[in-house]
Amino acid sequence: MAQSEVVEGLEGLGKDWASDREVFRGAPWGKGMMWIFLLSDTFIFTSFLTGYMTVRMSATAPWPFPSEVFALTLFGQSIPLILIAIMTFVLITSSGTMALAVNYGYRRDRTKTFWLMAATAGLGATFVGMQAFEWTKLIMEGVRPWGNPMGAAQFGSSFFMITGFHGLHVSAGVIYLLVVAFRVRRGYYEKRGYEIVEIAGLYWHFVDLVWVFIFAFFYLW
Amino acid sequence: MSDAQHGAVAQEGVQQHPLGIYLRIWILLFILSTFSYMVDYYQFQGFLRWSLILIFMLLKAGFIMAIFMHMMWERMALVTAIILPPLLLLFLVGVMALEGDFTYAMRDIWLGQDVTQLPKSPVHH
Repeated sequence: MAQSEVVEGLEGLGKDWASDREVFRGAPWGKGMMWIFLLSDTFIFTSFLTGYMTVRMSATAPWPFPSEVFALTLFGQSIPLILIAIMTFVLITSSGTMALAVNYGYRRDRTKTFWLMAATAGLGATFVGMQAFEWTKLIMEGVRPWGNPMGAAQFGSSFFMITGFHGLHVSAGVIYLLVVAFRVRRGYYEKRGYEIVEIAGLYWHFVDLVWVFIFAFFYLW
Repeated sequence: MSDAQHGAVAQEGVQQHPLGIYLRIWILLFILSTFSYMVDYYQFQGFLRWSLILIFMLLKAGFIMAIFMHMMWERMALVTAIILPPLLLLFLVGVMALEGDFTYAMRDIWLGQDVTQLPKSPVHH
């Protein structure tokens, strides 16, 4: 197949979309499809967050104060929101190791790629573990999807829905990363190339990206 | 490096960037997260709180997408296909904000709750 001329800028935008066969030039098929999936996921998470905004704006009872709800007592001192802060750092660290794994994947350094991906999955599992701890703590304190002792009843349903769906994504990501990591180690991608590491990385960074918004709107606002 | 060179690299389906940029962005994300945590820790309130939360959030999201997710190096056809559709969601947010305000006002009137007399949460809606 003869490759037609590649043009940059606005003209390139037009030409790429106008071509018969291929819009996303140079992007492997899987990568394009992962982006389309992430786009649809963006709509789901935004719908959840918008729903949360709506119920919070229309609640007449006071909204529970996240800073106190998610405080932990460490070393005899109550520190506001500390668990969430640690979870945020764990997830960012995992994004960093993932970015490095993608880089080493393209260098075909299988050992480093494997260990960096395994570290990413490990940090993801740590995140889910901390989330399980957080859920347990809130459930013990009487938070339910239909009510809670701290204030507006809508707090519980928003919290379980949003963090639950995010946690599900992290859990799925851990499994996905481990599958790809073990395949990398045994040389499964030597012939077909290491784009798959970047594609798995896209999913993982997206999970981190969503957490940035949840952290800002649910925990800090 | 020029755009043309990046385009040429992306053409082969393989992107290669120096490790340094990932490490720098990684550190930057740590710093920005610490800042957003500080907004809560030092209990900034009102307009200052909201604007700081939003600024740090958008910066973090931007760096993750541009560098970690390689958007900076993708062709415009892919970038616009991913970035433009979610802008529709701003419309949804606007409509639902109006709806939320309206529901609040209706509850205020019809449920007979004098919301101004209820204890206020420290953070406003």
